[in-house]
Amino acid sequence: MHTQAQPIGGPLFTRGYMVLLALAGIGVALMIWRFAVGLGVSTGLNDGYPLGIWIALDVVTGTALACGGYAVALVVYIFNKGNYHPLIRPAILTSALGYTIAGASVAVDLGRPWNMWKIPTYVWNWNLNSSLLEVALCIMAYVFVLWIELSPAFMEKWSVDGPPLLQKWSKRILPIVNKALIWIIALGMLLPTMHQSSLGSLMMLAGPKLHPLWLTGWLPLLFLMACLAMGYAIVVFESVFSSVAFGRNPEIPMLINLQKIAAWGGLVFIAVRVADLAYSGNLRYAARLDLYGTMFWIETVLWILPLVMMLAFPRPTLGSLFRGAIVVALAGALYRFDTYLVAFQPGPGWHYFPSVPEMFITIGFVAIELAIYVAVVKRFPIIAGMAPAR
Amino acid sequence: MGTDRRAFFKGIAAAVTLTAVPTAALARQKKIAPSDAVGMLYDTTKCIGCKACVAACKVANKMPPDTSGYGRGLYDSPDSLNQYTKNVIQLYKEGDEQSFVKKQCMHCVDPACVGACMLGALQKGKFGVVSYDVSKCVGCRYCETVCPFNVPKFEWAKAAPKIVKCEFCKDRLAEGKEPACTEVCPRKAVIFGTYADLLDEAHRRLTNDTAKKYVPKVYGEHELGGTQVLYLSGIEFEKLGFRFKQEESVPHLQQTVSHGIYKGFVGPIALYGLLGAVLFRNRGNSEKES
Repeated sequence: MHTQAQPIGGPLFTRGYMVLLALAGIGVALMIWRFAVGLGVSTGLNDGYPLGIWIALDVVTGTALACGGYAVALVVYIFNKGNYHPLIRPAILTSALGYTIAGASVAVDLGRPWNMWKIPTYVWNWNLNSSLLEVALCIMAYVFVLWIELSPAFMEKWSVDGPPLLQKWSKRILPIVNKALIWIIALGMLLPTMHQSSLGSLMMLAGPKLHPLWLTGWLPLLFLMACLAMGYAIVVFESVFSSVAFGRNPEIPMLINLQKIAAWGGLVFIAVRVADLAYSGNLRYAARLDLYGTMFWIETVLWILPLVMMLAFPRPTLGSLFRGAIVVALAGALYRFDTYLVAFQPGPGWHYFPSVPEMFITIGFVAIELAIYVAVVKRFPIIAGMAPAR
Repeated sequence: MGTDRRAFFKGIAAAVTLTAVPTAALARQKKIAPSDAVGMLYDTTKCIGCKACVAACKVANKMPPDTSGYGRGLYDSPDSLNQYTKNVIQLYKEGDEQSFVKKQCMHCVDPACVGACMLGALQKGKFGVVSYDVSKCVGCRYCETVCPFNVPKFEWAKAAPKIVKCEFCKDRLAEGKEPACTEVCPRKAVIFGTYADLLDEAHRRLTNDTAKKYVPKVYGEHELGGTQVLYLSGIEFEKLGFRFKQEESVPHLQQTVSHGIYKGFVGPIALYGLLGAVLFRNRGNSEKES
């Protein structure tokens, strides 16, 4: 079972790691302050723009960037490409961290987070029309699913060298988890399909407040396609990054294929979007080069650029893969961010720009995520491949 | 490999169908006002801007004064709906043209906020009033995001914030009284009545010899699926801050699409079964090859 994956090892508290911890510390301190003073003082939010970067970036964009686990699982388990298996664990780890951090962001953003437990338990009050309810329930469930999918990585290590009690339980539970894993993995594909599309449905309810270049009945499909493309891109990004940072041999041929899916996916995304806009007649707004028309064209170029880059350089290098993946991730991130903030028009007189503490809380969350990622891959069997012989 | 590929495309096809049903003919019925619906009719041509309704609203709802504006702390002078203000009088003035306008919750026939709210903290209940129950609110502010009239407000200054919005003085309605704002209005610029009676009254004013005072339209009769608060005006409604003319209610699009995808939860269950079946057949392969 997954014998290739091995802990990276090496010292944990490097200088870079201390910087991450410092940023994480600032973020946590500001979160405590935010609960003391309320959202009015601590953020740039207002009644016109009640949702800010904690939702548009940390949740809507962050969970899409955390779709690597979902995207690669589709290739490995449905497309039956077992040789892509080495990419699964790091992808699941980033997904688990990304979704957990998104959940934590929501807790900081909510006005009454102490009522959060009511969302999964007040079953008889569930408003089944609410896309947000579906997103909330699905994300809560998916966080559990991801950590269960990842748990063999921890238990494999603990069953060998954990403290006695942990060792005993790991040995007992590991076979059970491995046996049930198929149905957990299936759930791990169903849940993102549901909530990533529902993140699109969510902004359909903004109706006339959403600019017509973004408002469409196809928002769920567009959001789903965006998160898949971003998922493949982020796996490429992460693999190249860890191969450089931790000195591993990258799985180049596989990464090329994933980048191909992401790049062609971008073209399909634009085809669907433009066809829908042409059909509804709203494409005319793209001709106006105001803020909205301009953002639309930037998004469109970003979606198509990775394919152009790929076709222009038929022999990809690590560097060109890396750049291509970043462009795909940017395209998806910008599309999602625009749908939630830039294309959202609450009316004249309303403005939003995140406050400095608001930004540092988001930075703090990213730092926490990176710090845990580094600690886990150094201590647990996540990343496959041997260090190249020197 | 061929059959696996087919299974993969089947999976993709299922996923696409799941999200692609928006165009399907699962038409959602247009919502109509409940039979016991009450309402308000506000007539800008009668309003003199005395703000008696603003003061009465604050008293009836025990809301604090908003002293941040005119008078440097001396007066309650809200310039818009906010966390201290559920009802407000605003002035539109451009050259010689001027008009007052009253703003409060419109009590939509098909409210976006009610469609948004996860646990039903916002609900359309007795008399068609859209009311708020803080015990089911997590403070997500999705209601504010979706309201086409920007009505719900959030207590930004508080550590335990609530949503603030006009609830049509529902406690007074229960006692058989009318809302504080309509009761106190000295010019009967805003009146209370059953929804049906008020629609008749609005159309009566638009057809008899006073008709030339008005823009020939009852705002809220059709706009955004209809609202239980109706407006008559001497100047165009856009100038008074009513941005939207669409007649389709806000939830119509989203609920048509979402109901298409999640009808009876058949789609997700079928997709889960399909994913499970494909995984079950492919089991073992991933380890073998790796």
